[in-house]
Amino acid sequence: MNGLQITLIIMAAVFPALWLIRRRWGWVYARWAGLILAAVVMTLPFVWLTCAAFKDKTVLNEFMFLPPASELSAETINLDNFTELFAPKQTVSGTVSFWRYFANSLFLAGGTTFISMVFCSMGGYALAKYRFAGRNAILGFMLASLTIPGVVLLAPNFEIIWQLGWMDSYLALIVPAAASAFGIFLFRQALLNVPDDLIEAGRIDGCSEFRIYLQLAMPLVRPMTGAFCLITFLAQWNAFLQPNIFLQSQYKLTLPVVLNQYISEYAQQYGVFLAGTLVAIIPPAILFMALQREFISGLTSGAVKQ
Amino acid sequence: MTQTQAANNPVASGAMALPTDNRRRRGGLRRSLTPMGFLLPYFLVTAVFFVYPLIYATILSFHMTSGPGVRQYVGVSNFTFVLTDPDFHTALYNTAFFAVCSVCVQLPLSFGLAMMLNAGKDRLRGFFRLAIFAPNLVGQVFVAILFTMLFTPRYGMFNRLVHMVTGFGLEQQWLTDPAWVMPGVVIAAIWLYVGFNMIYFLAALQNVSKTLVEAAWIDGAGPWGVFWNVTRPAVMPVATFVVVVSTIGSFQLFELPFILLEGYGPKNSGMTIVGYLYNNAFENGDLGTAAAVGWLLTLIILSISLVQIKLSGTMENDR
Repeated sequence: MNGLQITLIIMAAVFPALWLIRRRWGWVYARWAGLILAAVVMTLPFVWLTCAAFKDKTVLNEFMFLPPASELSAETINLDNFTELFAPKQTVSGTVSFWRYFANSLFLAGGTTFISMVFCSMGGYALAKYRFAGRNAILGFMLASLTIPGVVLLAPNFEIIWQLGWMDSYLALIVPAAASAFGIFLFRQALLNVPDDLIEAGRIDGCSEFRIYLQLAMPLVRPMTGAFCLITFLAQWNAFLQPNIFLQSQYKLTLPVVLNQYISEYAQQYGVFLAGTLVAIIPPAILFMALQREFISGLTSGAVKQ
Repeated sequence: MTQTQAANNPVASGAMALPTDNRRRRGGLRRSLTPMGFLLPYFLVTAVFFVYPLIYATILSFHMTSGPGVRQYVGVSNFTFVLTDPDFHTALYNTAFFAVCSVCVQLPLSFGLAMMLNAGKDRLRGFFRLAIFAPNLVGQVFVAILFTMLFTPRYGMFNRLVHMVTGFGLEQQWLTDPAWVMPGVVIAAIWLYVGFNMIYFLAALQNVSKTLVEAAWIDGAGPWGVFWNVTRPAVMPVATFVVVVSTIGSFQLFELPFILLEGYGPKNSGMTIVGYLYNNAFENGDLGTAAAVGWLLTLIILSISLVQIKLSGTMENDR
C-alpha cells in the first residue's frame, strides 16, 4: 500500500458513506471527485513536461516530477536543455537555429490563417447574402465535398504540386488551404444573421459591394471570425503530414517536423526535445486563452441548432 | 443615375418602361457577378486542389507509377493487390479496432464528463472545461512525442502511475510489444480527444429544455426516467453527429501512431490505413496504389457513416 492507493480508496469510500446519509450529498461529492480526478489526469502530462524540460539530463529519469527540496540545486534544475535547444546547429543546408523553425511555423500558420479567413468569409458572404442562379448547387457541392476524406487527394496533389514546381515551397502548403468548404460554411452560418436592411442601406448610400462586405458585414461576425482563426491556426500549427511531404530544405521545416527529427537525434538526452515541445505549445496556448469563448461557440455552431 | 439620364433623353423617356427594365437587367447582371467574384478564390482552389485531384486519383488508381510523372496502365491490379496484401489487412484491423475503441470507450467517457460538468452551475466549471480540453491545443504530433516518453518502461510517468495504483505494469513495453501497441495508441487518443467531444455533448446538454426537465420531475419521473425520456432524445442528434465525425476521424488516423512508434511499430502492429497509404506513396513512390487505397478508404468511410446515420434515424423514430 502506498499513499496514492490509500487516497484513492478513501476517495471511493466517502461516496457510499455520504450517499447513505443523504443521496444528494453523495451525488454532489461524486461529481466533484470525478471532475477533480479528470482534471488531474488531463493536466498531469503537461506538469510532467514542464518539470522534465528544466531537469538536468542526469536526473531526468530519477524523479517523476521535480526532485525533492533537499536535492534542488543548479545540478538538478537548470536551463541546459534550453541552451542546447536554441544553440545553432550544423545541418545539410547550413547553420539553423531553433528560432528559425519557430518563425517558419508562426509565418506558415499565421499566413494561412489570414488568407483563408479572407477568402472563406468572402465566400460565406456571397452564399449568405446574395440570391443567384446555382447558389443551392454550390452549397450542395460544398456539403458533399466535406464527406470526402482529405487523404484521397494526397497522392494526386503530390503530383500536382510537383508539376507546378512548388516542391520545397511554402506555396504548396498555403495555396491548397486558402479556401475550404468548411470555413465558407462556418462564415455563411454566421453571416445569415446580418440584417438585409443594413446591406440595402449601405447600397443606397453608395458603398461598393466589397466595402459593404468588409466594413458593414464583417464587424458583425467578429466572434465567428475569432473561432475560425483559432481553429485554422491550431490545425496549421500542429500539421505534420503535408509539411513533412512537401518541405525538404532543413531551414524551411516547421516545428512538428523538426521535433519528430529530434526524437531520434536526441534519443540519449530527450530533455532537449521536451524543452522544444514546451516552447512549441506556448503560442497556441496563448491564442486559446485569448479566444476561448469564441472557439467553443464556433466549434459547436455546426452541430447544435441555436 | 440611369433614371436621370433616361429622363433627360427624349427618346428613352418616350417609352417609360424601357429605363426601369434596363436598370433591372443591369442590376441583375451586376448582382449575379458580384457573388461569383466573392467565390472566385474558392472556385480556383477547389478546381485545382479538389476536383482535378479527385479525377486524377481515379485515373492514378488504375496505373502503376514509380515516382511523380512516370506511369503505366495496369487495370484493376492496384485494387486486387491492396485487397490481398496482408499489410493492408493489418492496417484495416488496427484502424477498425481504433474506431471501435473511440466510439465505445472514448465517447461514453466524454458524455460522462459532460454530464458531470453540466450537473451544477459553479465558477469552477470554466476551469474544469479548460483543463479537460487542454490536450487539444497541442495536436496529434505533440501528444505522440509526449507519450513516447510517458510510455517508457520503468521510468515513464504513465507506467509509474499505473504501477502505483495497481501494483502492475511498471515494465510494460507499450511501444515494442505488438499486442500492446494499439491499446497504447488508444490511451493516447483518449487523452487527446475526450475533451474535444465533451464540448459537443456539453453544448447539447445545455440546450435541453429546463422546463421540460422540471415538468418531468413534477410528473414523478426519477433521475433515470428524466434522462431516458427528456435528456436522451434532446442529445440524440448531436450524439449522432459526434459518432459519425469521430468514426470518420478514426479511420483517418495516422500521425499519432506514426510518430509514437517512429514508423509502423514492431511487425507493423501500429499500421493504419492512412499509414499504409503514406508508406506506398512516399516511401515506395507508388502513387497508383496509394490512390487506390484512398478510394477504398473513402468507400469504407462513406458506407459506415451512411449505416450509422440510418441506424440513428430508426432509433429516433422508435421512441
